[in-house]
Amino acid sequence: MAILLPLMLMLVFVFILGGAMDVSDAANASETRNAYLSYVLPAIALTTAGFGASYTAVVVSNDMTTGFMNRLRTMPFPSITVLLGHTVSSMARNLLATAVVVASAFALGFRTDSSALELVAAVGLIALWILVITVVFATLGMVAGSAESASGYGFILLFLPYVSSGFAPVESMPGWLQGFAQHQPMTPIIDASRALLNGDPVGSSWWIGTIWCAGFFAIAIWLIAVIFPRRVAR
Amino acid sequence: MSYTDSPLLEISGLSKSYGKHDVLKNLNLTLPPGIHALLGPNGAGKTTLINVLSTLIPHDSGEIRVLGLDTRRDKKRIQGLISLTGQYAAVDGQLSGMENMLMMGRLFGLSRRDAVRRSQALLERFDLTAAMNKRVSTYSGGMRRKLDIAASLIADPLLIFLDEPTTGLDTRSRQALWDEIQALAAHGTSIFLTTQYLEEADVLADRIMVLHDGRIVAEGTASQLKERIGGSTIQVHDQAGRVIKEISTSGEATDVAHHISAIAQHQPEVAVTVRRPTLDEVFLELTGAPASQESDTEGAQT
Ligand SMILES: Nc1ncnc2c1ncn2[C@@H]1O[C@H](COP(=O)(O)OP(=O)(O)O)[C@@H](O)[C@H]1O
Ligand SMILES: [Mg+2]
Repeated sequence: MAILLPLMLMLVFVFILGGAMDVSDAANASETRNAYLSYVLPAIALTTAGFGASYTAVVVSNDMTTGFMNRLRTMPFPSITVLLGHTVSSMARNLLATAVVVASAFALGFRTDSSALELVAAVGLIALWILVITVVFATLGMVAGSAESASGYGFILLFLPYVSSGFAPVESMPGWLQGFAQHQPMTPIIDASRALLNGDPVGSSWWIGTIWCAGFFAIAIWLIAVIFPRRVAR
Repeated sequence: MSYTDSPLLEISGLSKSYGKHDVLKNLNLTLPPGIHALLGPNGAGKTTLINVLSTLIPHDSGEIRVLGLDTRRDKKRIQGLISLTGQYAAVDGQLSGMENMLMMGRLFGLSRRDAVRRSQALLERFDLTAAMNKRVSTYSGGMRRKLDIAASLIADPLLIFLDEPTTGLDTRSRQALWDEIQALAAHGTSIFLTTQYLEEADVLADRIMVLHDGRIVAEGTASQLKERIGGSTIQVHDQAGRVIKEISTSGEATDVAHHISAIAQHQPEVAVTVRRPTLDEVFLELTGAPASQESDTEGAQT
């Protein structure tokens, strides 16, 4: 699943929509497709990683609502280390998915003239987003009543990137959507990673994206610190 | 200090409430090592008490010593000596039985080799060796329970807490689990379990505490509890074996003889039996509510 989803998205967007999505002033369909590939690349990476990270809500909720966390709480080590373990495994899983996305983009003809440093920065930004989403979903999993309801939250993450600059330029959307699309957290992160991946100037989007991430991260950690010790399964 | 010199549990003035709801009301109790059953209907406060004793949740007032250690001051040390098996299984259905055991072992800080060795021994003791490489989601309820308890034993605790260990199991699995619990106790592990089933408390426990509405309304061995009501019943049967009359007596020989000779004079054709009260009747007497009958009906499906 973690490997299949990015591949499917990649193929759908590049081959089915790519020829019709004119995000540059390309001369023919094949050039249009290639231009769109470099345009959607960060959105596909963030969508799959975000969706993969949302699975953390399910595993955390499972631990919280079965007797597992209760048993850990009666063992002589801090039970919060289990949340840390889930975060690490989410990072590992989703960075792998990101690598698959980037590798398949190259296979489909993606080329870039950005420096190694810029590529590392792009991956770093994507990794930061994965971390934040993982922690946010760990928080949701902690308060969800059951693993089933926790899995429902992953859905939100599938839609958020479509209402951003990820798949189509914000200017092409109807006016009432533009406000949200321009100011939601994924847009600056996608803009910044796109610029970094394509060797374009990054502008202010990278730090706006980073502030969003830092904000979400801080709130989620604070909620975990407050709620986790009190949340004992009945 | 040796833990075995201290009482298993010493509880004095223990109270716990959720908001305005007083769930545990001034409990006092001292228990020696052994198997102890906390018997009570749904909502009596059994889970709350077992959670407090196993350091899972804090209590409001009173003092608790587990193996001589104070639950507030020596929480970590207690946690190294006990384990909790809650009402809901703490095993991961996606992993195999062996993987579940190893995960617990590693969490407890055992080396990989020790974790493997100990897991194999426990899986064998609980008769799970054949299934140890299968996913736990394919296990029956009884196997899951056994794995859950086996996992709780990975660090060789002195005292284990079991919250309703056989609820939801069929008669055969229940019997098998009872055997395991008795074997554990024979190994020297002390057990504090909760149950809604009188039969279970009667079969397993050295001592039974009856919890009703947040109070311990009786405590003792099964026969001590039965004596608490005192007396016996003389039942008069017709030729078909039906009970046609019941007479209460003190149970003393002269009293019983007096009643039976009166019956013999007037109805020489009937049969009589003398019956001691069942734990069920004791329970009814103590709590004003019948005990759960679930064990009889649910067990019928085999
Ligand atoms: N976390 C909680 N918050 C509020 N009330 C609770 C909580 N846990 C248990 N209770 C209440 O305390 C009472 C005793 O519950 P419990 O200890 O689970 O009983 P038992 O295990 O004997 O069925 C019940 O009335 C229950 O509703
Ligand atoms: Mg209970």
